[in-house]
Amino acid sequence: MDLQHLLNLLTIILTAAGAFFLLVGSVGLLRLPDFYTRTHATGKADTLGIMLVITGLIINQGISVNSAKLLIIVAFVGLTNPTATNALARAAYHLRLKPWFKKDKQKKSEKKEKE
Amino acid sequence: MTTDFENPIVSLVSRVLSPFIMLFALYVIFHGHYSPGGGFQGGTMLAAAILLVRLSSGSEVAQLQLKRGVGTILGSFGVLIYFGTGFLCLLLGGKFLDYELLARILPVSKVMAHNWGILFVEIGVGIAVMGLLVAIYDDLLEGDPDA
Repeated sequence: MDLQHLLNLLTIILTAAGAFFLLVGSVGLLRLPDFYTRTHATGKADTLGIMLVITGLIINQGISVNSAKLLIIVAFVGLTNPTATNALARAAYHLRLKPWFKKDKQKKSEKKEKE
Repeated sequence: MTTDFENPIVSLVSRVLSPFIMLFALYVIFHGHYSPGGGFQGGTMLAAAILLVRLSSGSEVAQLQLKRGVGTILGSFGVLIYFGTGFLCLLLGGKFLDYELLARILPVSKVMAHNWGILFVEIGVGIAVMGLLVAIYDDLLEGDPDA
C-alpha cells in the first residue's frame, strides 16, 4: 500500500464522514420540534459536514492553488455558518419566540386524552 | 430594518469578512476574461461587501465607509468609463468599442489593446453596478427612522 492509496483512503473516510454529518443535520432540520433546536442541528452538524467534505477534497487535490482556495473556503464556512445561525436564533429570541419544553408535549397529549 | 439590540458577534464577523469579499470581488473583476466572472459579478460582490456592513452595524455607522450620496455618483462615473472607452474608439476612427484602435494611443500591441480595452470596460461596469446597488439600498431606507 503506497502513499497514494493512503491518501485516497483518507479522502474517502473524510468525505463519507462529512456526508454522514450533513445527513444528520438534514434529519435534525426536518425532525426536531422547534426553531431553536433546528438551528442547533444546522449550525453544528452542517458546518462540520461541509468542512469535512472540503478537507477530504483538499487531501485528494494535493498541494496546489486549488487546494489553497479550498482551504480558504473551509475557513470562511467555519466562520460564517455559525454566525448566521447565531444571528437567526438571537433575532428569534428577541422577537419573543418561545422555546419548546417537554411539558408542552405532555399538555398536548393530555388535551388529546380529554377530547 | 435594524433592530434595537446589539449583536457583537454578527457585527464583528461582518466587519472582518467585508474586506475579504472586496478582495475576491476585485479578483473576479480583473480575472474576468480568463475565468468565469467579470464586471457585473465583481460589482455585485463589492456591493454585497458594503451592504453587509450596512445591514449589521446600521446605516449611521456605515456612513463612515461609503456616504449616502456617493452611490449615485459612482454609478454615473462607471457608466462614464464604459462609454468613454467606447467613444474613444469611435473618435479614433473605428466602431463603438473597437478595442484594436486603442493601440494608437496606448503603448501596446493590437492584441494587448483588446485586453486593456476589455479591462477598462469591466472596471467601469463594476463601479457602476456597485454604486447603483448601494444607492438602491439607501433609497429604500430613506425616511425610515429605525435605519
